[in-house]
Amino acid sequence: MAFNHDHILDMKQFSAEDITTILDTADSFKEISQREIKKVPALRGKTVVNLFFEASTRTRTSFEVAAKRLSADGLNIAASTSAVVKGETLEDTAQNILAMKPNIIVMRHGHSGAPHYLAERLEGVSILNAGDGCHEHPSQALLDMMTIREKLGGFEGLKVTIIGDIAHSRVARSNLIGLKTMGAEVRLAGPGTMVPREFEQLGAKVHHKIEDAIDGSDVVMMLRIQRERQGKTLIPSTREFARYYGLNPVKLKLAKPNALVMHPGPMNRGVEISSSVADGEQNVILEQVENGVAVRMALLYLVSGADGSIDG
Amino acid sequence: MKILIQNGRMIDPANGIDKVQDLLIEEGVIAKVGEKMTAKGAEVIDASGKIVTPGLIDTHVHLRDPGQEYKEDIVSGTRAAAAGGFTSLICMPNTKPVIDNRCVVEYIIRKANEEGSANVFPCGNISAGSKGEVLTEMHDLADAGCVGFSDDGLPVISGEIMLRALEYARPIGKPIVVHAEDLSLTGDGVMNAGVVSTELGLKGIPWVAEDAMVARDIMLAEFTDSQVHICHISTKGAVEAVRQAKARGVKVTTEVTPHHFTLTEEAVRGYDTHAKMSPPLRTAEDVAAMKAGLADGTIDGIATDHAPHHPDEKNVEFSIAYNGIIGLETALPLTLKLVEEGALTLNQAVAALTSQPAKAFGLDRGTLAAGAVADVTVIDPELEWTVDAEALQSKSVNTPFNGWTMKGAAVYTLRSGQVTWKRQ
Repeated sequence: MAFNHDHILDMKQFSAEDITTILDTADSFKEISQREIKKVPALRGKTVVNLFFEASTRTRTSFEVAAKRLSADGLNIAASTSAVVKGETLEDTAQNILAMKPNIIVMRHGHSGAPHYLAERLEGVSILNAGDGCHEHPSQALLDMMTIREKLGGFEGLKVTIIGDIAHSRVARSNLIGLKTMGAEVRLAGPGTMVPREFEQLGAKVHHKIEDAIDGSDVVMMLRIQRERQGKTLIPSTREFARYYGLNPVKLKLAKPNALVMHPGPMNRGVEISSSVADGEQNVILEQVENGVAVRMALLYLVSGADGSIDG
Repeated sequence: MKILIQNGRMIDPANGIDKVQDLLIEEGVIAKVGEKMTAKGAEVIDASGKIVTPGLIDTHVHLRDPGQEYKEDIVSGTRAAAAGGFTSLICMPNTKPVIDNRCVVEYIIRKANEEGSANVFPCGNISAGSKGEVLTEMHDLADAGCVGFSDDGLPVISGEIMLRALEYARPIGKPIVVHAEDLSLTGDGVMNAGVVSTELGLKGIPWVAEDAMVARDIMLAEFTDSQVHICHISTKGAVEAVRQAKARGVKVTTEVTPHHFTLTEEAVRGYDTHAKMSPPLRTAEDVAAMKAGLADGTIDGIATDHAPHHPDEKNVEFSIAYNGIIGLETALPLTLKLVEEGALTLNQAVAALTSQPAKAFGLDRGTLAAGAVADVTVIDPELEWTVDAEALQSKSVNTPFNGWTMKGAAVYTLRSGQVTWKRQ
């Protein structure tokens, strides 16, 4: 197993072999969470800091659980972003944390590229990107990919459709890159304001009529619509979005019969996804959450270069 | 005090001269131009193998003085200018306080004359307080020494105020100088909108934010028969709009920065804040349009948009880093690179740095005719050097060209016959 990455910043950095290594490692860790005693000593003595500049419940909790199950010492820091030359800068905040000698900083930040910025400047610590601005969210894409591989056996030739505010979605970007690397076809769909044409140049198929996008899909992934964050100029109303771009049983029928329905959560029932689909048999949303812990255990383990036992 | 510059290749586009000859300066004025001259008691500068041009003119500089002297001041900024071969600068009014009254104009000109190494021609504000509401006292500002009017960086959003500014400035004979950008289209964008911004997850500034405002301002200039000068043009469409407007006789002039004809949005990869500027770095197609615009005369001049910032303002997350880079000391070699790659002739390059910007702003500079003020630059076009940001004369170090190998440099810069820079 060769995994030569000091930091995990984005999906762009991974080859197909890297992704396979991560998913294989995650598969082996998944079993730990199903044991009576959910703990292995793999990262005993290592310190993992969750440095979150943006509010997050599920990602932070998932990383926290992952670190604990590997026996790492973890702590959470909720920090606030500051303006230029006013308050503490990002580098100063990070240097202060670095002085406490953590091994890994799991970081979420509202500005794209912030983890890359720290990775360039901090020495002796691994940075793990837990979401940066509108850029990437690699652990989310990897847990989605783990779920897809588990259910459908692989990626080659799969048609994966992602629907919603693609322009502002780090989940969509990371999935696009990871799935393309593994040989899947990625379709992106949503209103013209949410799906810029430039995604075609990044290797996606862009659709504005979601029926066309869903047609024959193996996976349909819905993104959360956050009107309060995305600005009021992107869509006129959630009512119109639900009607034209939301997933309901009629539209889902256009996908392959065994197609998976995914959502990174939290869902807005009745907006991007109808309750009957959200509660339907095709959804794998809770599997995504379960796999999230396994993938994050794998990432912490691999990036730490640990050789501690995962048995025990 | 006499200086004789001998054996240089004199390129003086204003007078159609390109030949090896000598130039005699007496009492700060060009006394005589001719072949194989001698002058008793004159200090001799041997310019063999060098190019002798009118002192370079930069129509877009932020000197940060008064108000933000921690970034740059008139002394350091004009020293950087002299080192880059420039003898005249037009400084932008986004100082603190802004240049909306005679006192600030007088302060700048006095400090430049007493302590500076280049002529500084202030660009006054269009509106009081740069608020885009009430016009400044343009007559008084022009009498004090302003050569144009701009609310640079804060585009005049109101069509009416822009119309009135053009009407009011017309009889004064000074251009309205515009940073053309529809801010509602820029939104909170931080780089050019396109495939790179999409990939990096950074908010994009679409080209139409520039094109739409350039189109409006050209039409207002046409309507008022007044001169508009478009600052730091950066898009293919804006260049085409200026080209068409010039063809139908609109009084429009424009300038391009070296970074907009040298770099593309690709420079932002890695979230390099030294590639963050306004207008943003664009695409390869836009870069090609800048070169074509310079070659066919659509773009009048090359201006640096020298924008010093403190490292604390650049060493931050990309989205919150300040816009702009320093440019005075790298503009000349980057321009000469266009000559080397065949995009411009040497004469066109010199004209874009001298006679053409002088003409756009009505400055009595940019010429080596006998009787003119002796602002002269001696350029070694072959001299190779490596940019070391810390070693530059500017107070600030924010340049994306740090570490680049450059070819060409000013070896002597003279303002009114005084040597302001001699390269060691």
